[in-house]
Amino acid sequence: MSKGILYDATLCIDCKMCERACAEHHGLPYDDSIAAEEVQSAHKLTVVMAQGDKYMRRLCMNCQDPTCASVCPVGALRKTAEGPVTYDASRCIGCRYCMLACPFSVPKYEWNKPLPLVRKCDMCADRVAQGQPTACAAACPTGATKFGDRDALLAEAQDRIAKSPDQYVPHIYGRSEVGGTSVLLLSSVPFERFGYKTDLGSQSLPLLTYRVLSHIPNLVAVGSVLLGGIWWITGRRADVAAAEGRPGKGPATGGEK
Amino acid sequence: MTRFKFTFWKGVLAIILLAGAYATVLRFARGLGASTHLSDAFPWGLWIGFDVMCGVMLAAGGFTLTATVYIFHLEEFKPIVRPTVLTAFLGYVLVVVALLFDLGRGYRIWHPLVMWNPRSVMFEVAWCVTLYTTVLALEFAAVLLEQLRLEKLLRIQHAIAVPLVIAGVLLSTLHQSSLGSLYLIVPDKLHPFWYSPLLPVLFFVSAVCVGLAMTIFESCMSSRHFGKQLELPLLVRLGRALLVAVLVYSVLRFEDLFQRGAYRLLAFRSYETNLLLLELIMGLVIPIVLLLIPKVRQTAGGLYLASVLVLLGFVTNRLNVAITGMEGSAGVRYFPKWTEIAITASIIGVAFAIFALAVKYLPIFSAAEPRPAQPEPEAAELLHART
Repeated sequence: MSKGILYDATLCIDCKMCERACAEHHGLPYDDSIAAEEVQSAHKLTVVMAQGDKYMRRLCMNCQDPTCASVCPVGALRKTAEGPVTYDASRCIGCRYCMLACPFSVPKYEWNKPLPLVRKCDMCADRVAQGQPTACAAACPTGATKFGDRDALLAEAQDRIAKSPDQYVPHIYGRSEVGGTSVLLLSSVPFERFGYKTDLGSQSLPLLTYRVLSHIPNLVAVGSVLLGGIWWITGRRADVAAAEGRPGKGPATGGEK
Repeated sequence: MTRFKFTFWKGVLAIILLAGAYATVLRFARGLGASTHLSDAFPWGLWIGFDVMCGVMLAAGGFTLTATVYIFHLEEFKPIVRPTVLTAFLGYVLVVVALLFDLGRGYRIWHPLVMWNPRSVMFEVAWCVTLYTTVLALEFAAVLLEQLRLEKLLRIQHAIAVPLVIAGVLLSTLHQSSLGSLYLIVPDKLHPFWYSPLLPVLFFVSAVCVGLAMTIFESCMSSRHFGKQLELPLLVRLGRALLVAVLVYSVLRFEDLFQRGAYRLLAFRSYETNLLLLELIMGLVIPIVLLLIPKVRQTAGGLYLASVLVLLGFVTNRLNVAITGMEGSAGVRYFPKWTEIAITASIIGVAFAIFALAVKYLPIFSAAEPRPAQPEPEAAELLHART
């Protein structure tokens, strides 16, 4: 069963316990100055953003069909059956294509290291594999971040919107964005206010490149036959021309004065 | 040999290489943050946008010309095959060098060859770079084998020449188009002037344009510096082919801008609009007008001018795709740091020096010709700049 995270911004109190728990679990430093940073970075994999008394979390969406996993030339990024999109640092060559391609611009880079790696939230894949909730969900005191089966969370999110329609914007972010994500978001204010794109569409992006890549075998087969054929015909034409004593030049000799 | 002579260009090269050396130390001691203006918001900059994207594009003369000579049997173009293949080979080697700077972990550059992900365009790119560089090396090997008089190996090289050329053309087709395919995955990030489902096709056709322009350009440059060039009638034919290629590209490009409705954005004056107009006018409109005038098309000077404009126009196109078009969605303006420019300039400088050295010591321009008694002055100068 594929797991997921439901974050309900209306329950969030900006205590940043999720940030702290995440940093601890991933062995990253955490103090007041890092707590004040409101952008994701190589040392801050999740953030709680505040605008007045409205809050919103940012973390890796752990897409159902992840763009990062499809673009990674060495398969360092993978979608696991349990839901998390994991990163195998020992494969990574540091090309940053995942950063460019991610529709949510989630993967971040260790810009200040001579030999940098990519860092991103991996939905605590190690904990999830052992049947535990993610560190952020376990630390959340109000239930704003909830861990569970994605399908159940999706039903619950629908339920919450249906029960108090005036409290939420009528949209579960992550339900269908780029083919759906393991992380689902609920909010009382439009998602754009916190920088979430709402025009991403429901088609998963890897299809865009796969449509082209799948033509390669055909192109190679047809191309080599075609080029070989042209080589044979033009060569033959030159031979015949030579045998007949005409100046053999090939087919495209048209004359411009 | 001649004595060491200090010239303007040697001085320039020395300064560039010094700056490049400093930038290299900075890059590998303190990381990409200290040596570039790249950031989480803007992860690909000059090294990808220019060194890789334009480097590969400018190497397109290699496959265009080998196909012309060996596949289409237009053997009158043979005298410039070697310099063109050498340029392509150097181009690819330098792309790899640039990648070693740009990749976070350059020492793992071979990973894609053993750790497969066939769904990734970057995986295809990695394989194309590897295989095509090998093919170019084998194509160029004939020159070395000839020089070293290794007759047996030379015969083997001749026997596989045609399959090699076919492999080279196919790999180039895949590689040139795949650089465009890389951006198919960012429909929400790349500006509509440049994002198109046709990106792979546009990249391939523009590579053919650039391949032809590059051949004309190189021939004209060679005549200035090495006293070797194609006869005018051949240049004129290349010019005609260039006109056709640029026309085909223009039809695709304008049709695409029109079909997707992106042309409507031209009504707004913006940073993107200005750079799009620069690309279209410099690379397409002016060269087409020039090449349509018989007087221009039939002189070496006119052809030189047209091909330089095509080259600059398509370099602008690649930079627009990789940089201009990505800035809006990233919310930042990117301009390379001086260290990025220093490394790029050093790489180009070294390429010129190696080219000059190769021309001096290897039978690059026409194998049949007896070696000139006097070393060409330019080549000799560059040689001494390096020793």
